[in-house]
This record gives sequence, structure tokens and C-alpha cells, in this order.
Amino acid sequence: MIWSRGLLVALSLLIAGCGEDGEPGAGSSELVISAASSLEPAFTAYVETAGIDAKQSFAGSDDLAAQIRQGVRPDIYAAANTSLPDALHEEGLVFEPVVFAGNELVLAVPAGSGIDSLDDLGGEEDLAIGDDGVPVGDYTREVVDRLPARLAEAILDSVGSREPDVAGIVGKLSQGAVDAGFVYVTDVVATDGGLEAIELPRKLQPEVAYGIAIVEGAENPEGAQAFIDGLLDGGGEQALLDAGFLPPPGG
Amino acid sequence: MRNRGPFAIALFVALCATILFLILPIVAIFADTPPGELIESLGEARARDALWLSLRTTLAAIAVIVVIGTPAAYLLATREFRGKAAIVTAIELPLVLPPAAAGIGLLAAFGPQGILGGALEGAGIELVLQTAGVVVALTFVAAPFYLRGAQAAFAAVDPALLDAARTLGASEARTFARVAIPCAGSGIGAGLALAWGRALGEFGATLMFAGSFQGITQTAPLAIFAGFSTDFSAALALSAVLVAASAALLLSVKLLGRSSLGGVGA
Repeated sequence: MIWSRGLLVALSLLIAGCGEDGEPGAGSSELVISAASSLEPAFTAYVETAGIDAKQSFAGSDDLAAQIRQGVRPDIYAAANTSLPDALHEEGLVFEPVVFAGNELVLAVPAGSGIDSLDDLGGEEDLAIGDDGVPVGDYTREVVDRLPARLAEAILDSVGSREPDVAGIVGKLSQGAVDAGFVYVTDVVATDGGLEAIELPRKLQPEVAYGIAIVEGAENPEGAQAFIDGLLDGGGEQALLDAGFLPPPGG
Repeated sequence: MRNRGPFAIALFVALCATILFLILPIVAIFADTPPGELIESLGEARARDALWLSLRTTLAAIAVIVVIGTPAAYLLATREFRGKAAIVTAIELPLVLPPAAAGIGLLAAFGPQGILGGALEGAGIELVLQTAGVVVALTFVAAPFYLRGAQAAFAAVDPALLDAARTLGASEARTFARVAIPCAGSGIGAGLALAWGRALGEFGATLMFAGSFQGITQTAPLAIFAGFSTDFSAALALSAVLVAASAALLLSVKLLGRSSLGGVGA
């Protein structure tokens, strides 16, 4: 699923590139967006309501960054953290990133589950979490590291799968393959009641901030800038809030 | 060679383009990183665990496929019955099934909420997130390759040989074990090698059905994907091992194919 999306990026870039030859009008070409899996509902709604001609590919932020390092050139890169866009910026692969949204990490369980808090974990339950290097996995590790050692160990022991993106965790949860998983509150909102979110105690909550940047060598930098402006103040901002995202932290 | 018209040139160019396109990505795996670094990356725990798991799960899947698939293929090759063509088509379907569809199908059948989920749970059998689930996924995608090869190999055995064995007093089971299998041996071997290659490369169905966890469900292809963003040279090294293993399997298919042309191939 994820790699087929990767192929889609490559193909869409190819097609976008082909279209460019016949149509020199700069602002008119479609926008190619590589975005974190968790942004899918918000970005899809934004593009639809604003009537933006965009090809979007959603995957783990780290996989999309790896694609950019391997030479894939979307117009926009949006990640579920700020460290990946910052690192790409230092490598000269993207322009200065901006923080455009926040999110909240939650413990997600299937509706009607008997799990009500973190303390219920560490028994027979199976957990799915994000793999190391995937933002959702790194945030989860932050939370676990702040827990008492015994609970932290018990939770890590009950991890059954380390998924490459939030879509994988949500899939495992909704198929009943696992009993609980750490995802963003927006992922739970998107399941329309299929999953329930258990809030984490405030002192455990990591600061989840989304960074976005225009990619160096973008085919459509004007369109990309307009898209980002709309996220900060406009239709995109509304779509983010509707999907349950928070305003950018510290802003 | 005398006729070097535009058509002949076009053929030649098409062949060159084909070779270049198909060979280049494979060469690139080995060219991108020095061999010493590749071997060093294989020493990492994640890579070692993944290769060891891939070896164990593919061997288990192949064992299941051979034990159950060989008699099934023999039946399909030697008997005629109504609906046989439909059955053959149905069991060949996983050959062309997208891996993601295979993953969803396996979840819908054997997952906790699947058709057989309750029955499996009642029997105390856990597949999802378990190594056994990987074996199920590999068996599902690889079995048709073996079944096709074995069925064709059994069909090519001269029926007179089987009749001769029966006339000489051998039972059906003995005829199958002592005449049919040795005669079809190289074709069966070729099917086995193809099935093994497919199982080694399985990715999507494994990730969706069994998950990804180092040492339990993270086979070499899954480790390659996990390493893509975090450890590119380890991902390349694992890819190189899989390329070498696949090449060895393909070579054995070719050699077995040649020996079966040479004679009865016992």
C-alpha cells in the first residue's frame, strides 16, 4: 500500500513533468504534494473545497523524506514533525519550513473496548505503534519514556507490530489485529466512531508540530506558496481545524 | 543478418532498451555502495534477524506447499472431472493478485474479525502478528507457482509408465511415489524454486496480515522498507542478498528445465 503510493509519486511526477512541456503557464500546472499520512483527511478536504488541482501522496513522513533525498521532487513536503523538514532544509533540499498545525497523541482503541487508560495496558493486549524514525513512533517513544519503568517495559513488551505510518496502525486497529495503538487524535476523528481516543495525561503529552516546506526545484513554487498560505490563514486552516488538528504550537 | 532494414534495427534497439531497463536497477544495488560496507551492514541485528526469519518462514511455507500441493497437483494432472478448469483457474488466481488485495483477503478470512477468525481463536490458533501468520501469507502467494509447475510436470509423464507400474502390481500410492514423482522431478523442482523466489520477495500481504516486528514478523523485504528511511545502506545490503538468492533460484529453474529436456529426468 505504502510503496504503491511511492510509485504513485514517481508516476505523478512523471506525468506532471510531461504536462509541463506542453503548457508553459507557470501557475496553471498541478501541485504535487508529499504529505504525512495523518494529514490525508484534512488535505483532501482542503484541496476539494478550494478547487486546487493537486496530486497528493500520503505516507510516513520519513519515507517521503527518504524519497526526496533519493531525488523525488514534489512541490510541497509536509511532515508530522519539524525535525524532518528542518533536516531536509539543512541538506539544501527544501526551502525554510514553517509550522502550520499541531496535533495530539492519543491511545486509540476499537469502540467498546475495555481499555480506559494507559494503566490498563501491559497485560494480554497487543499494541501497534509507529516504527522508529516515523514521527508517530518517535512521539510514542517520548510518552513511554516518561512512564514508570515497569509500565513502560510492559507496554513495549506488548507491541506486536511496528508500522511504517499511522495508516498501518489504524488499519491494524480497525481489523481487530491489535487491541490498542498510539496515533493522533485526528486519526481517530477520521474513523467516524470506529475507534475511540483515550487522552494521555497532560504531563505525558509530547508537543506534536507539523512542518511544511516548498521543495527546492519545485515545478510550481507559486502554487505551493499559495497552498501553504491557505493552511496558515484560509481554507486550509479551516480544513485542519475541522479534521481535529490544533493551531500550531507556540504560535 | 543480410537484411538490415529499419525493421531489423528497430528490433535491435528494442532489445537493447529492454536489457538496459531491466538490468540497470539490479546493477545499481551493487554499484551504489562498496561491497565491504554492504557486508558490514549485514552484521546489524535488524538485518540478521530479518534474513534468518525469511529463511525460516520461506522454508516452512515451502514445506507446507510441497506436502499438500504435490498430491493435489497429481490429482489435477491425472484425472478429468467436471469443474476442473474452474478449480485450476481459481487456485492460479493468487499468481496475479495484487499483494495488498491478498493482505486484505487474508485478514477477511483468517483475521480476528474474519470469517474463520472465531473458529481459529476457539482452537487457540493465533496468526495475526505472529510468525505463523507470515507463513500463511507466504504460502498463499507462493503456492500457485508450485501447483502450476507440478501439475504441468505430472501431466507430461507418459501415462504408459504409470500403467506399466500398475500392471506390475504397484498400488496407486506406490505408483505416485516411485514412478510419477521421480519422472516429474525436475519440473517439480523448477516449480518449487519459483515458489520459493516468490515467497522470499513477499511484502504487502505480510505487512498487512502479519505486521512488522523485528525477529517475529519482519522478513527481509519488510526490513528493506523499514531501512529505506532510516538506514539506506542496510536496506541496500539486504536487497543485494535477496537479488543473489533470487538469481540462484532462477538459475536452478533453468538448469532443471534443461535436464528435463534431456530425458525422463529421474
